Amino acid sequence: MASVTKGWDRNQMAARAAQELQDGWYVNLGIGIPTLVANYIPKGVEVTLQSENGMLGMGPFPFEGEEDADLINAGKQTVTELPQTAFFDSAQSFAMIRGGKINMAILGAMEVSETGDLANWMIPGKLVKGMGGAMDLVAGVKRVVVVMDHTNKAGESKVLPKCELPLTGKAVVNRIISNLGVLDVVPGGLKIVECAEGVTEAEIRAATKATIV
Amino acid sequence: MKKIFATADEALKDVLFDGMLIAAGGFGLCGIPELLIAAIKRAGTKNLTIASNNAGVDGFGLGQLLENRQVKKMMSSYVGENAEFMRQYLSKELEVEFNPQGTLAERMRAGGAGIPGFYTKTGVGTVIAEGKEVKDFDGQTYVLERGIVADLSIVKAWKADPSGNLVFRKTARNFNPPAATCGKICVAEVEEIVPLGSLDPDTIHTPGIYVHRLIQGQHEKRIEQRTVRKKEIA
Repeated sequence: MASVTKGWDRNQMAARAAQELQDGWYVNLGIGIPTLVANYIPKGVEVTLQSENGMLGMGPFPFEGEEDADLINAGKQTVTELPQTAFFDSAQSFAMIRGGKINMAILGAMEVSETGDLANWMIPGKLVKGMGGAMDLVAGVKRVVVVMDHTNKAGESKVLPKCELPLTGKAVVNRIISNLGVLDVVPGGLKIVECAEGVTEAEIRAATKATIV
Repeated sequence: MKKIFATADEALKDVLFDGMLIAAGGFGLCGIPELLIAAIKRAGTKNLTIASNNAGVDGFGLGQLLENRQVKKMMSSYVGENAEFMRQYLSKELEVEFNPQGTLAERMRAGGAGIPGFYTKTGVGTVIAEGKEVKDFDGQTYVLERGIVADLSIVKAWKADPSGNLVFRKTARNFNPPAATCGKICVAEVEEIVPLGSLDPDTIHTPGIYVHRLIQGQHEKRIEQRTVRKKEIA
């Protein structure tokens, strides 16, 4: 992973993503780096985490010995409940997602295009995991933020003019937070909003195949 | 009207047939009808199509039916936890119809509610929408998805009363209520069958009308990802 050591590490990306959260929001965090965002929610900002397997108000991991097989998050990890927690079934869970009630989803990605297309569920012939709730989330949630490494293990840009992998959603991503910085999807391409510490705009441009306006 | 059966095998005896469509509750290994799945393995019913969010893990849950080559096709949203699944899928021994998770849940809910299809934004512009009818509403494109009516639903609840009213516990509810509604026959396994009148009617999650047969049994309730934090010393 030598090619992605520049800029922010996983935790710093998560911390930067947490700055996107606003008081009172209902938020769904994807698996991987997005899950870490919960550790960096700014003081004074109250957000309710939705877990698409049927829970609003997701608490932290349980203390050792207090795990409950009936209480997991969408990553199948044991979690805990909070005083405001509500449980519901999967149809209800996706009714609130599809119905636009969730303010923001923070998800991982394999590829993002300059028009906001997202690919994060399948590599044909190789890796078959499925989309889980990602297609529903990107179609229904008001604002979609992607957190990912800017380049893959081979050092190639994951931010592309057009996604090569099967799509999760078309024109659904609003903002990308990568190890190199923050980019917004705007008319005509991507706009650099912020550079990670020690990263220049020129370096982001050099690592990005997509059009930067 | 007697809904309670002594064992999973008895509850399923005259309802299983080769080539049938089964809807199963559960998310990962949480809230899966593990006793009914084990009974289907023992029955050896073949060429099954199973609508279930996940496919279990190697050796547990629906993974057992995969290993036993009883499954022809899975309708699922996420199957990343199962090496045998992956192997059968990549070698084309197993057919998979990927469904977005919310679409799968709504297909079950709709099927159980007498709704043959619904339009959703989910999957528009992706392979999921290929070959399906699309329609614009208020300037947005939606894709038509079909309701699922299964030959059999298998679900797991926490408690039931003898009339079939079900109560679930925490996130073990997940796909169980929509799955319960979409089966022509629904068999529920529970941790405890309590006497009539001891469940608060205001807190019933799945009314007994949807549940035809009940069994009570010991559940292993395996945890897939045990994640904990250390107690901070004050």
